[in-house]
Amino acid sequence: MALSPENILLVGVFGLLGIGLYGLLTTRNLIKIVMVLQILVKAAILGLVLAGKVSGQIDIGQSTAATVLVADTMVAVVGLALAVQIRLRWGTLDVSAVSKLRG
Amino acid sequence: MTQTIFYLLLVIACFFCAHRTMVAKDILSAALFLACVSALTAAMLYLLGATQVAVIELSVGAGLVTVLMVYAISVVGKDTADPGSIIPRILAAAICLITTIILLWASLPLMPVEVSRVAQPLINTLWQGRVLDVWVQVVLIFAGVMGILGLLVEQTVRKSEKV
Repeated sequence: MALSPENILLVGVFGLLGIGLYGLLTTRNLIKIVMVLQILVKAAILGLVLAGKVSGQIDIGQSTAATVLVADTMVAVVGLALAVQIRLRWGTLDVSAVSKLRG
Repeated sequence: MTQTIFYLLLVIACFFCAHRTMVAKDILSAALFLACVSALTAAMLYLLGATQVAVIELSVGAGLVTVLMVYAISVVGKDTADPGSIIPRILAAAICLITTIILLWASLPLMPVEVSRVAQPLINTLWQGRVLDVWVQVVLIFAGVMGILGLLVEQTVRKSEKV
């Protein structure tokens, strides 16, 4: 297998996906979950642009990556706002503790 | 060869920062390492030729989101220790490792595809070929702003009710 820049970046994409998946499985802090989602989406953006580059359609890769980037930012903004509200009202950021609360 | 080494260094640095984001005890340090991941991703996107997305990633991913994270951490305080994993960490690591290896085994080596289509400038692609994406982006930004305003308004109303 040739050690080309595309192959190295593909390893980077899947490596970041693996690290993000590990974080998603092991983290219970709400703010850290938002951070881990950011890592996962960065891997997806890199993958989209890499696919566009390899297939000779970098413009389509860029446009889809831009849409994903906007969606990811909105997820981060709303997620952080929810985390702040949960912390202020219930005094915890633990997902499992919040999911046990009943009105 | 130099380019390959450069890419390799960027990927290794990205892995290191992503790992530190998850294992850092201090949540503020985790946010700063996440900003480093964004900056390194932007560098890789720039080298791939996606200059516009690289600039957006650098300004939004490493800038705006980091500022929002620091603001959120300043509101909730640094007393935000991670309670620990529900499933054993070794099991989670094994699942992720196996998933990554399977994906790499199925994808490598990556072969460039010869296409007759000439890549258009991004602005033409966005406003002619993928105009729906632009509208989706507008709706997403609008929804995000409305969501934040809704949360802040609710908090203000509750404070005024207490008075």
